[in-house]
Amino acid sequence: MNGSEGIWRDFLRRLLRNPLAVAGGAVILFLFLVAAFPHLFTSQNPDRIDVASILRPPSAAHPLGTDDLGRDVLARMVYGARVSLKVGFIAVGIATVIGLVIGLLAGFHGGRVDAVLMRFVDIMLCFPTFFLILAAIAFLSPSIVIIMAVIGLTGWMGVARLVRAETLSLKERDFVAAARAQGAGTARIVFRHILPNALAPILVAATLGVAGAILTESALSFLGIGVQPPTPSWGNILTTGKNYIAFAWWLSLFPGLAILFTVLGYNLLGEGIRDAVDPRLKGR
Amino acid sequence: MLRYVVRRLMWAVPILVGISLISFLMIHMAPGGPISVGTDLNPKATAETRARLEAYYGLDQPIHVQYWRWLSRMARLDFGASFSPDGRPVAEKIRERIPITLTINVLSMGLIFLVAIPLGVYSAVRKGSLFDRISTVTVFTGFSIPTFWLALLLMILFGVKLRWLPISGIASLDYGSLGAMGKLADRARHLLLPVLLAGFTGLAGMSRYMRSNMLEVIRQDYIASARAKGLPERKVVFRHAMRNAVLPVITILGLSVPDLLGGSVIFETIFSIPGMGQLFYQGVMSRDYPLIMGILTIGAFLTLIGNLLADVGYALADPRIRPE
Repeated sequence: MNGSEGIWRDFLRRLLRNPLAVAGGAVILFLFLVAAFPHLFTSQNPDRIDVASILRPPSAAHPLGTDDLGRDVLARMVYGARVSLKVGFIAVGIATVIGLVIGLLAGFHGGRVDAVLMRFVDIMLCFPTFFLILAAIAFLSPSIVIIMAVIGLTGWMGVARLVRAETLSLKERDFVAAARAQGAGTARIVFRHILPNALAPILVAATLGVAGAILTESALSFLGIGVQPPTPSWGNILTTGKNYIAFAWWLSLFPGLAILFTVLGYNLLGEGIRDAVDPRLKGR
Repeated sequence: MLRYVVRRLMWAVPILVGISLISFLMIHMAPGGPISVGTDLNPKATAETRARLEAYYGLDQPIHVQYWRWLSRMARLDFGASFSPDGRPVAEKIRERIPITLTINVLSMGLIFLVAIPLGVYSAVRKGSLFDRISTVTVFTGFSIPTFWLALLLMILFGVKLRWLPISGIASLDYGSLGAMGKLADRARHLLLPVLLAGFTGLAGMSRYMRSNMLEVIRQDYIASARAKGLPERKVVFRHAMRNAVLPVITILGLSVPDLLGGSVIFETIFSIPGMGQLFYQGVMSRDYPLIMGILTIGAFLTLIGNLLADVGYALADPRIRPE
């Protein structure tokens, strides 16, 4: 157990030495705080409509201005952070679980199971994914649950391939053979020996996946089939902003920046994790 | 090599059938349908009218019969007729729209190559330098920015404030009266923003891939021996390292086809470009089943071709890789 703690400490030390990854991590940490304690960041109700102050520019009362229904933009963005995090994490959670199961089955069993599953992966990889997402969500009516499910169901192939490759190489290693010789069952080998060793690349893929899911939601919002109002999401605030861009810049600037920084944060953190777990490429 | 290509092409058939089956089931089993889009809000539409329309489009048949009909038509390369009021053949609609989408994607792909390769090489050689950090943040910004948002900002800047570029469509009103060179210039001005934008947002994948390939190659023994025999660093980098690092980039080409096609929905909607992405979006909104099926199939076909070209190109370029 001590040995693995050392590995994690090494990993953290390398990660913390990378300024871009630290900056990315800080943005995400901040976002978690906002999502967990929204009332610390705004005292306004995100759903309160105020027809007397429609499309007001930023002021002391409304630091980021108001939208077309007179709602406070800061409050909507603070509560929208929850939606963005939820979409990102649940969609990627679904994709990771499916990818793990399929990748492990294919890699561990090999043979015909592997061949059939990988052909299925090939088929899924040939779909123009965004077209598929678009059609599925438009037909099933856009709701946050459907959006998370569809993004998850169309995004697992990368993880599956990765897990399969890791499993194929790990299961031939001596320590797995040793565990098997000592009478370890399949479940024990998978959960104690293969998964922990395949964790790092999965973590990288998941971090980058969250970034992709948040961007996909905003693109769907732009096309009118993202998370639907009155639930605030950065994507749909930005979409409202699009209609008033000529005279209400704050309505598109702030949510756009929020999406940009969040997605950038995840991408830089993901890249930092990749570098930190692959010390071969570091330290030169 | 020829045998390999033929085998891959034969393998494409079951993949296409699999894709079409999944798409068909998903589209037809979703609640609602093309008939309800047109009749739900129409008080004159009786149940009888609906039934007649359903029969007309063949939607009253069991789903496996419908799929079989579609598949046997496709086997004769007949995409069927669109459900939209004009009822034109789907193949014709797609054929009109494909060239502009491909033009934009090919141009932006070329741009990505031109920028990403030097960027990746230089970042790798100067790993950890200020240049490396700045280029990392820049390419990740492109990768992380909501495309339509950046498009809006650029349209406001170049189209509305500076009035340098047209903001929508692919041709000016006086396009018909322009000479050949004028037509070309006009088209270029319309495509400049979409191509630049697609290039910027797509830069990250290629340049990061190039950078990590380069880092990998630099550690190889033949680089050490090139240095040891006293070659100037420039020669080592460009002759020995870059040539080997650039090869696998070819494979990325094939893999990026689905992303490019997906991105075209956004670009074409925002810039009002009459391409395949816009056509697909319209088809989805009006539930034009034959059109949706046609575009998904064509999209998958383009992806398969892209993958095949990439694999063949890679094998031709790198003698170590030969398909069994």
